[in-house]
Amino acid sequence: MADMAYWEAIRRAHDEELAHDRMVIAMGEDIGVAGGTYKATSGLYQKYGAERIIDTPISENSYTGIGIGASMAGLRPIIEIMSINFALLALDTLINAAAKIRYMSGGRASCPIVMRTPGGTAHQLAAQHSARLARMFMSTPGLRVVTPRGPLDAYGMLKSAVRCNDPVIIIEHESMYNMRGEVPDEESFRPLEGAEIVRAGTDVTLIGYNYSVHLCLAAADKLASMGLSAEVLDLRALRPIDRDTIRRSVEKTHKVVIAEEDEAAVGVGAEIISVIIEECFFALDAQPVRVHAADVPVPYNRLLEKAAIPNADDVLAAALKVLGRV
Amino acid sequence: MKADDQKRLLREMIFYRRFEERSFEAYMERKIGGFLHLYSGQEAVATGVLEKARCGHDYVITGYRDHVHALKAGAPPREVMAELYGKVTGSSRGRGGSMHIFDPSVNFMGGYALVGQPFPLAAGLALAAKHKGTDQIAICFLGDGANNQGTFHETLNMASLWKLPVLFVCENNLYAIGTRIDRSSAVIDQYKRVGAYNIPSSQHDGQDIDVVMAAARTAIDHVRGGSGPYFIEFMTYRQRGHSMSDSNAYRSKEEERQWAERDPIKIYGDRLKKAGILTDKDIADLEKSVLDEIENEVVRFAEESPEPRVEDLNKYCLDDQPNPQWIGPLVQGDQHG
Ligand SMILES: Cc1ncc(C[n+]2csc(CCOP(=O)(O)OP(=O)(O)O)c2C)c(N)n1
Ligand SMILES: [Mg+2]
Repeated sequence: MADMAYWEAIRRAHDEELAHDRMVIAMGEDIGVAGGTYKATSGLYQKYGAERIIDTPISENSYTGIGIGASMAGLRPIIEIMSINFALLALDTLINAAAKIRYMSGGRASCPIVMRTPGGTAHQLAAQHSARLARMFMSTPGLRVVTPRGPLDAYGMLKSAVRCNDPVIIIEHESMYNMRGEVPDEESFRPLEGAEIVRAGTDVTLIGYNYSVHLCLAAADKLASMGLSAEVLDLRALRPIDRDTIRRSVEKTHKVVIAEEDEAAVGVGAEIISVIIEECFFALDAQPVRVHAADVPVPYNRLLEKAAIPNADDVLAAALKVLGRV
Repeated sequence: MKADDQKRLLREMIFYRRFEERSFEAYMERKIGGFLHLYSGQEAVATGVLEKARCGHDYVITGYRDHVHALKAGAPPREVMAELYGKVTGSSRGRGGSMHIFDPSVNFMGGYALVGQPFPLAAGLALAAKHKGTDQIAICFLGDGANNQGTFHETLNMASLWKLPVLFVCENNLYAIGTRIDRSSAVIDQYKRVGAYNIPSSQHDGQDIDVVMAAARTAIDHVRGGSGPYFIEFMTYRQRGHSMSDSNAYRSKEEERQWAERDPIKIYGDRLKKAGILTDKDIADLEKSVLDEIENEVVRFAEESPEPRVEDLNKYCLDDQPNPQWIGPLVQGDQHG
């Protein structure tokens, strides 16, 4: 086992996949000579050259489209979008093309691209650099959407995404790139489907994805110190959603909190609550509670930003509420 | 060019015209649904350019006015017609329809409805060919209106920067639906708009297939030779409305009449007659054989083919046989922090 940072895990996955298959290329803004905004591709330009580690102009929609076209002809492009906010410019090629080409060609063409992009709030980046948008991608048939919460998944899911024949969106997080964790020394893969019980518990299920899993884990620690046992479930994949694992957990705890960093409307929590109602409505002993961002563009001011974005105490408060402790 | 090839080309164009007109009839009979964009009047462009390409080897991609490009690239006519009918035997198994003909078995990589979207896809196909070290090129056919999209500028820039083997063919039929080119483009000559990207470009008559083929030869040699992209503009005219519900109110009968005189099939047929290669009777025979083929082999196949099964609705959304190593299931307890 090696202890490594999230960004190092991503770089290692790139490195191994680039070495494994010459059809793998990486493309994005500042990923080559400059080494990547979050260092996730550092050193690869020197190792694999300008033809495979492609520094692109600031043309998100078209370089994504170029990656898609290349994937239709056998390449396996890993496309980096510097921030999920900029991915909005690439929605045409991503959603109108990549997500639909297999279907509208009757299965005769496919687009095995990977799009990696950080989607979260960092520190005071203000409204145009703080979008989360996972909910937009998870509603699109034809895509896979995954949200690695730590180095092991960041490494293993990227490797699986490169090999998988579907377009995969990997949503990372600005605040996680320096997070550390164990990754096996030998090559390994992590599946692109399946929610994970990160911490077993019996009194309440705390559901998170991406960064919000860490809020749930912190809240679970505090609940434990109060003698309450929380189960923490990492969705891992937002598309497709693992309905079985959610149902099994709710049937065990009968109480649910969903933590999302995004706004609530038409969001991840809304979808998960629908899943729970459809799968196991009668297992619920209390109304599920969503912990989510305020319904505003993210503000710059530190205090306002903090108030807009959920934290571990918010998850704790929600858990106490469903547990009837407040 | 040999006389046999000239006769074949004329027959091909007659075939494509009849294919389009026959699909118009089927649309009127409500056997074809959705949008239907016909290529009648523009045949010399796709036929001439692709005559000089290596069909089946080179990648071809275009917009929604895509039937003839697919056919000339090598898609079987019966499958393209079956696709218009929405049948499971269609090029896209009935999932795409008129605007989304695909036949990757001959490297026809699709018709796309989003104006301008094929620009980057074409450059991507070219990037893959270059990466693999093949001598394939990608050929992207789009209308004049597509040049007003950001993808035109973004893609031309990257294609030139990276010297990608891609040929952009602009079929300038003067209109984007009902908006005439001088009302949408600050520069009327489309080939001049490419100047900003250090890509060679030229403009030609798109109604005369001999002119088209000569221009395509030069452009394709440039691209295949490793000198990077080329942009070629052909002046042409669609004889029918933009799609099926178009009143053509935005253009004059006089303009339509003038362009009808420059019908590509007429121009080429007259030339072959003058050269003594074909007689009027030969041409009538060609037309008759095309009519028979389309009726008996193409339309009949489409009509008699089965519909897709409703049970297969969810098929083709993702890889239907994914490798569990990449997909899962996840083994619980394989935990980390
Ligand atoms: C992105 C986008 N915007 C608008 C449309 C609607 N639309 C379909 S075809 C068309 C005109 C395109 O004209 P041109 O590129 O000249 O091609 P032509 O139809 O003349 O062959 C428009 C506006 C669309 N399909 N996609
Ligand atoms: Mg036009």
